[in-house]
Amino acid sequence: MPELHSLSLTQQISGLRKSKFSCMELIDTYIKRIEDINPSLNCFISIENKDILYNQASESDKRYANNSPLPLDGIPIAHKDIFCTEGMLTTCGSKMLSNFVPPYSSTVVTKLKDSGVISLGKTNMDEFAMGSSNETSFYGPTKNPWNIEFVPGGSSGGSAACVAASLASAATGTDTGGSIRQPASLCGITGIKPTYGRVSRYGMIAFASSLDQGGIFAKSAEDTAFLLEMMSGHDPKDSTSINTEVPKFSLEINNNLKNTKIGLPIEFFNQEIPTYLRKSIDETIKVLEMLGASFKKVSLPNLDLGIAAYYVIAPAECSANLSRYDGVKFGYRCEDPIDLDDLYKRTREEGFGYEVKKRILTGTYALSAGYYDAYYLKAQKCRQLIANDFQEVFKEFDMILSPTAPDTAFKLGSKTKDPLSMYLEDIFTIPANLAGLPGISFPCGNNSGLPLGVQLIGNHLQESSLLKVAHNFQLETDWHLKRPII
Amino acid sequence: MKDNRWEAVIGLEVHAQLATKSKIFSGASTIFGAAPNTQACNIDLGMPGVLPVLNEEVLKMAIKFGIAVGANINSPTQFARKNYFYPDLPKGYQISQLDKPIVEGGYLDIQLNENDQKRIGITRAHLEEDAGKSLHEDFEGMTGIDLNRAGTPLLEIVSEPDLRSAMEAVSYLKKIHSIIRYLKISDGNMAEGSMRCDANISVRKKDDEVYGTRTEIKNINSFRFVEKAINYEIDRQINILESGLKVTQETRLYDSQSNLTRPMRSKEVANDYRYFPEPDLLPVILEESFIESIKANMPELPAQKKDRFIDEYNLSSYDASVLSADIELAHFFEEALHISNSPKLTANWVMGDLSAFLNKENISISDSKINSENLGLLINRIEDSTISGKTAKEVFELMWFELKDADQIIEERDLQQVTDLKAIEDLVNNVIKENPDQLSKYKSGKDKLFGFFVGQVMKASKGKANPAQVNDLLNKKLKE
Repeated sequence: MPELHSLSLTQQISGLRKSKFSCMELIDTYIKRIEDINPSLNCFISIENKDILYNQASESDKRYANNSPLPLDGIPIAHKDIFCTEGMLTTCGSKMLSNFVPPYSSTVVTKLKDSGVISLGKTNMDEFAMGSSNETSFYGPTKNPWNIEFVPGGSSGGSAACVAASLASAATGTDTGGSIRQPASLCGITGIKPTYGRVSRYGMIAFASSLDQGGIFAKSAEDTAFLLEMMSGHDPKDSTSINTEVPKFSLEINNNLKNTKIGLPIEFFNQEIPTYLRKSIDETIKVLEMLGASFKKVSLPNLDLGIAAYYVIAPAECSANLSRYDGVKFGYRCEDPIDLDDLYKRTREEGFGYEVKKRILTGTYALSAGYYDAYYLKAQKCRQLIANDFQEVFKEFDMILSPTAPDTAFKLGSKTKDPLSMYLEDIFTIPANLAGLPGISFPCGNNSGLPLGVQLIGNHLQESSLLKVAHNFQLETDWHLKRPII
Repeated sequence: MKDNRWEAVIGLEVHAQLATKSKIFSGASTIFGAAPNTQACNIDLGMPGVLPVLNEEVLKMAIKFGIAVGANINSPTQFARKNYFYPDLPKGYQISQLDKPIVEGGYLDIQLNENDQKRIGITRAHLEEDAGKSLHEDFEGMTGIDLNRAGTPLLEIVSEPDLRSAMEAVSYLKKIHSIIRYLKISDGNMAEGSMRCDANISVRKKDDEVYGTRTEIKNINSFRFVEKAINYEIDRQINILESGLKVTQETRLYDSQSNLTRPMRSKEVANDYRYFPEPDLLPVILEESFIESIKANMPELPAQKKDRFIDEYNLSSYDASVLSADIELAHFFEEALHISNSPKLTANWVMGDLSAFLNKENISISDSKINSENLGLLINRIEDSTISGKTAKEVFELMWFELKDADQIIEERDLQQVTDLKAIEDLVNNVIKENPDQLSKYKSGKDKLFGFFVGQVMKASKGKANPAQVNDLLNKKLKE
């Protein structure tokens, strides 16, 4: 039998159901791997107490023994440290919340727990999800398991790296401008950002409320489908969550690709990307054509407005969302403030990192009297134009395909002095957030030992179509089975 | 106003706390007076990751108000974030409304005097959450924060600058108070802060077209203070203008102890609220049928009640207006009337003795020591001649202090009128017999002595004789 950690989540469930191994054995494998490997990768900010993990595994084993297991009983996963976990430190990668233990759990955490998963811990991330490399984390950067001199992407880099390194079967993430898809691409795994409103944002610490969406990383589209099914659904605690039935993603992925029409946006393909990435994308297209999908060039004429609009809207919303961190009620508080102003200034000066402060300032500026119309309002109009472009394309096509990121992972520190090139990491992913559309990234190649990823963006609530294409591709190819040597 | 060359221009912003059981965006209770921070949940505390969920009750309440003042109801209506830092504002922004407030463009009429009304425009009324309270007293060198009030729903009602005097402003405010209480959307209790008022005041020459520079006086918490604060501020501005200086646009606070306004510290005044649409709440679409169902269930409003009192009970415009201003007073009146069936007499008692006793003890009609039924029964005893109107006043006072009903008091004190004609005739005969001098003077033309005879008879009856019968008999006997 192969090592337990190298199995996919689907295979692990099947093994547990057939009593090939126990939850105790499974959890033990991961606990040991985390002890061995995490110190060099820095995937986790908090790791759950071992006794608690063994207890939970034993409870899961009992349910298997009684033939009444929960859908994902005993599967060890990890949560991005942006999801509040009752009684467990939740930092959002920031000094500001380095002492914050929430008295409630996010809906995503609760739903997954109810489906039987065991949470191994909380994963590292860019501070308040602001970053594309995991280098803005107060807890130090996570390293890419394929090469520890490289970044894992971000902001959900800890989650992506821990799944790629098999330190968890799957991990949750959030995606505001590409924070699931880009690290999935850079770490060689599958990651999905569902439709805005598909997954509840309750208890998920807000960065940019109108763009943030929770999602999941796993080793395959099939695993992703199972997990997304458990996470999704209307939540009365989130007014922006969509009140509609959740499809059986795990069944719908098995449909074939006949009549699947995929658009190739010329605006994306005109971007300068390395030849090896272009080649991998072309090969992906060939495989999908062979499986029945058809491709045609399409145009999304306003795509070039995406990054600019995003870097107005996201900072504007973040400037308000992060106002609550003032040292008064929870989180970091500066020592011995002399008065209220001093409390505010030093708490926020000391508690937030550089990137966060930069975005708060940008957002505050964009919303200021006299600038609102020129920046925020104009950005919202750009956003609407981009959303309209997509709707125009979806009249004829089921989805669009593009690279996920402009290249493979980059070296730690190589872009920290060049914010523009860092922001361009999300050039292909941001439009989906602006339009509230679902997007998926899955591995499609490799260059110099680092993975490459391909992205699909579909119409609202069409996650099934994206998962179906990815799953069919993964049945035909083995890019998703490649693992880093650690 | 010191000088009639000047004219004041006043607009009011009234914050009415809506009488919901739970808060506007969370399930926490809104009850006033609980121990600090016991009624603030994770959402009210602005904990990381929590989200607001709109309490549908507040929509109904705001729509009721909008209908009552003849305003448009906006659909969709949109919430917005108003950003400023203050320790009792947990999220660092207040969820309020800027564009697309739920209520826009209404009016109400205020009574200037017996005959004249004036129409005051209502620009808008929008929904928002209240902040918590900063407690500066009990913590030496520190400030305590009580977030029980954070998230309490408010309806901010903004008037047009149509008011021209403190009296008009108070009249407008009382009308708003009356309407929100009629609609049962707020208890309007100014002392507890469930109705608060900011006044925007400027002064200009009477024939000027443009407004003068305005000041805003924040958080005035009684009708009396509104009047005083506005009058003070008008005088202050006129003084400034008359000495050739300019009024500074600023926010001021009214100090009721010394009856003056002073500028707020600049730190308490946020200049740029950086409003933007609240991304956590989608625009709210109000279906026509939803608004219609509220319209169909609107209670009778003060103006309608006043008209009905005039039509149905034949009351004077003044009486009807006083009795309909406060919903509880109106209810009390109609309940008492239901027993007494005598509109004028009942109106007189409610507006007269009852109101005087309430005022003297500074209590509201709901705490009256005589209930509506007992007042009705007292009036019945006047109507059926058991007691005279004069005795009734005595009975009323005893009822108030001894907490008994009219019949008990009349019986215990033996206050029933003597209406037995024979008994009164005996008393009259005796009085005439015992006062021969007065009789002869009366007969020689001193008509004024009639009152003397009435007095003597009443005295002999210990006040119980029916005055009308006494009059009749004396008239007859003295002429014999």
